[in-house]
Amino acid sequence: MTDMAIRQDNLLTVRGLKIEARNAEGDWHEIVHGVDLDLKRGEVLGLIGESGAGKSTIGLAAMGFARPGCRISGGSILFDGIDLASASERTKRALRGARIAYVAQSAAAAFNPAQRLIDQYAEGPVRHGVQSRAVAYDDAKQLYRRMQMPEPDTIGFRYPHQVSGGQLQRAMTAMAMSCRPDLIIFDEPTTALDVTTQIEVLASIKDVVRQFGTAAIYITHDLAVVAQMADRIKVLRYGCDVEEAAASTMMSAPREEYTRSLWAVRHMEKPAAAPVEEAMPVLSVRNVTAAYGGRRKVLENVSLDVHRGRTVAVVGESGSGKSTLARVIAGLLPPVSGQVLMDGGVLAPAVANRSRQDRQRIQMIYQMADTALNPRQTVRNIVGRPMEFFLGISSAEATARVSRLLDMMELPADCANRLPSELSGGQKQRIGIARALAAEPQLVICDEVTSALDQLVAEGILKLLMRLQQEMKLSFLFITHEFATVEAIADDVVVMQHGKIVDQGTRQEVLHPPRADYTKALVAAVPQMNTGWLEQQLQGRS
Amino acid sequence: MRFLKSISKIPPTALLGMVVVFAYIFVAAFAHWVAPYGQFQIVGDQYSGWSDKFLLGTDNLGRDMFSRIVYGARNTVGVALLITFLSFSVGCTFGIVAAIRGGWVDAVLSWAVDILMSIPQLIFAMLLLTILGTSLPVLITVVALLDSTRVFRLARSVARNLVVLDFVEAVQLRGEGFWWIARHELLPNMVAPLTAEFGIRFCFVFLFIAALSFLGIGVQPPTADWGSMIRDNATLITFGDITPVIPGLAIACLTIAVNFIVDWILGKTGGSRV
Repeated sequence: MTDMAIRQDNLLTVRGLKIEARNAEGDWHEIVHGVDLDLKRGEVLGLIGESGAGKSTIGLAAMGFARPGCRISGGSILFDGIDLASASERTKRALRGARIAYVAQSAAAAFNPAQRLIDQYAEGPVRHGVQSRAVAYDDAKQLYRRMQMPEPDTIGFRYPHQVSGGQLQRAMTAMAMSCRPDLIIFDEPTTALDVTTQIEVLASIKDVVRQFGTAAIYITHDLAVVAQMADRIKVLRYGCDVEEAAASTMMSAPREEYTRSLWAVRHMEKPAAAPVEEAMPVLSVRNVTAAYGGRRKVLENVSLDVHRGRTVAVVGESGSGKSTLARVIAGLLPPVSGQVLMDGGVLAPAVANRSRQDRQRIQMIYQMADTALNPRQTVRNIVGRPMEFFLGISSAEATARVSRLLDMMELPADCANRLPSELSGGQKQRIGIARALAAEPQLVICDEVTSALDQLVAEGILKLLMRLQQEMKLSFLFITHEFATVEAIADDVVVMQHGKIVDQGTRQEVLHPPRADYTKALVAAVPQMNTGWLEQQLQGRS
Repeated sequence: MRFLKSISKIPPTALLGMVVVFAYIFVAAFAHWVAPYGQFQIVGDQYSGWSDKFLLGTDNLGRDMFSRIVYGARNTVGVALLITFLSFSVGCTFGIVAAIRGGWVDAVLSWAVDILMSIPQLIFAMLLLTILGTSLPVLITVVALLDSTRVFRLARSVARNLVVLDFVEAVQLRGEGFWWIARHELLPNMVAPLTAEFGIRFCFVFLFIAALSFLGIGVQPPTADWGSMIRDNATLITFGDITPVIPGLAIACLTIAVNFIVDWILGKTGGSRV
């Protein structure tokens, strides 16, 4: 087939797309370097890559849109014969919502909090003159039912804060469908959701897209998700094409080295640890019950032990109380009842009453390195201050120790004089680890430390943590919602639900195979890499 | 070269603002060289017109208007600067205390400030100045305290948003003291909004003093002050003479110039490009 013939068959044809962004000094530089894209009617294309690969930028460009501070500087975007790169704003506005729709990552931020869901649904069809308001209402109810939302006839009359995150994301997909567009762009629609919610949303999206024969661009960094959703997959890196193939081919036989490295990350597994030798745990949580403001209990009768040199992973969905547990141990939230013991000694409930030595022994690493590091302090001061504070060493010695520590973190030595904004996401997280280790602690609480990172970067962080654990005999309390991470790092596992411990034991006991019913449900909801997994799951249920 | 490049990026309005502000500072600092006569010196007849001898004529007592405007720059701008600095020191300190300590400390401080703010500022200032007398130290203290309530609110809200961030929590877990947290963790991150506010507050204070002086309870005669100069010579306006308006123009120019600079700083730190 000639190139011309392909173009006629395509719904969307992008050729040599170049996008430029403006930096703080006002200079333009290219961030997408000539990407081609073909999409047939009714086809789902997965766009995958690390953050900064240009996935979202390209997705938006497919609507002829460039974010503020960006511009489409070259190439053509042919949507059903109309070149969006050069079309007038008026033409594009007529297309958007009506024939091209967009589903954003955070539905909570994308909905207008002051309007009911169904009114926001009806806005598109009414504005574009597709349907009257009454017809649109009926249509919305049918779509809500089709997407298996609870109480489909009335849920639309609620405000966004009155429904859950998963329902909101489905309502957003329904809204995108309202004008029956030819193309929908999904930008990480399930990234912010728990695994058990994610599977519902994925199933709904897949179902409606298939029913209406809508073409879609599905943007994600999660390989297993893209394997379920896409017919074809395109891998991007640094704004360039890496490779493109049918989903099953891409999963089983990726050609490029980079793609293979992305695939390999998911198969890290820590060797089973030796049984516990010492009787005395480093950290012991005994029958802790905690509540915020004296109301509903967020933790109920939680007990767990962390032994020297071992990693205990605390898993559960959001709202299970796992982060609250970390706050209780750190002394930020004094428990209603129960105790936290360190080396057999009871710790004061509030951090303000703990001795300097007690505070030194427990350190924390946070999820978001962006907010965990003071943007106005140099790395030298961020990492050096805990040393001066806890170890009482001189400033000069701290500087020397900081550079040794940075070396251990596999960071370049000149990092010490930089500000956090001058570092990459992975480097920032390493600084967060360095700050925790600078105090020479016994127990490190890691709160979702890899969740905000790309998979390759996360893998590096996990390897670093394990190496440090071996060298320094550290104990980790590792809070996460990702089972791949648990497999990679944990010796012991604690599963939590609604503030209670559902199951705990060694990783083998708890997960191989899953022992408790809730653990089974959680593990089953984690998307697998084979392309037919979602269908199997859905068939298994009905 | 780099300096020239960075200057070329400054918008022309901000550049103009800077030129004007520097001119004021220059005049205020070297008032005794710029002014042909002293500020208290009676040098001629009352209300004489503009001439070579008296550039802008003389005032109601026969003092040289131009010299008094020059000295007025020093007095009015100096007092306004001092008051703004004072109100920022007080407001920021209490604002940060309220944000870090939270709980009842925050509640009591915020209530106190709300009560102070609920009384109209000008009327409250007039009341206090009438009770306490109108000496310069009293004027500065009263206006600075009244103005610090506004600064308190800003500092508290900015600091509260910072205190909940993980890096401050990390420092609190370490057990750092209050001053460390305020100085190393909070203040460096508050510089941008505070600077912008400083510019705006400076203008307000400036106008406020001028208003008080015009009412006769601000800077006291015979010290030259732009506000009281307008009042003293107000009768000239009925004769179609624009001289009394000139101190007012001086106030207006400085206010606009400072706001040009503030707009630029706000745009720069807010990330928006105008």
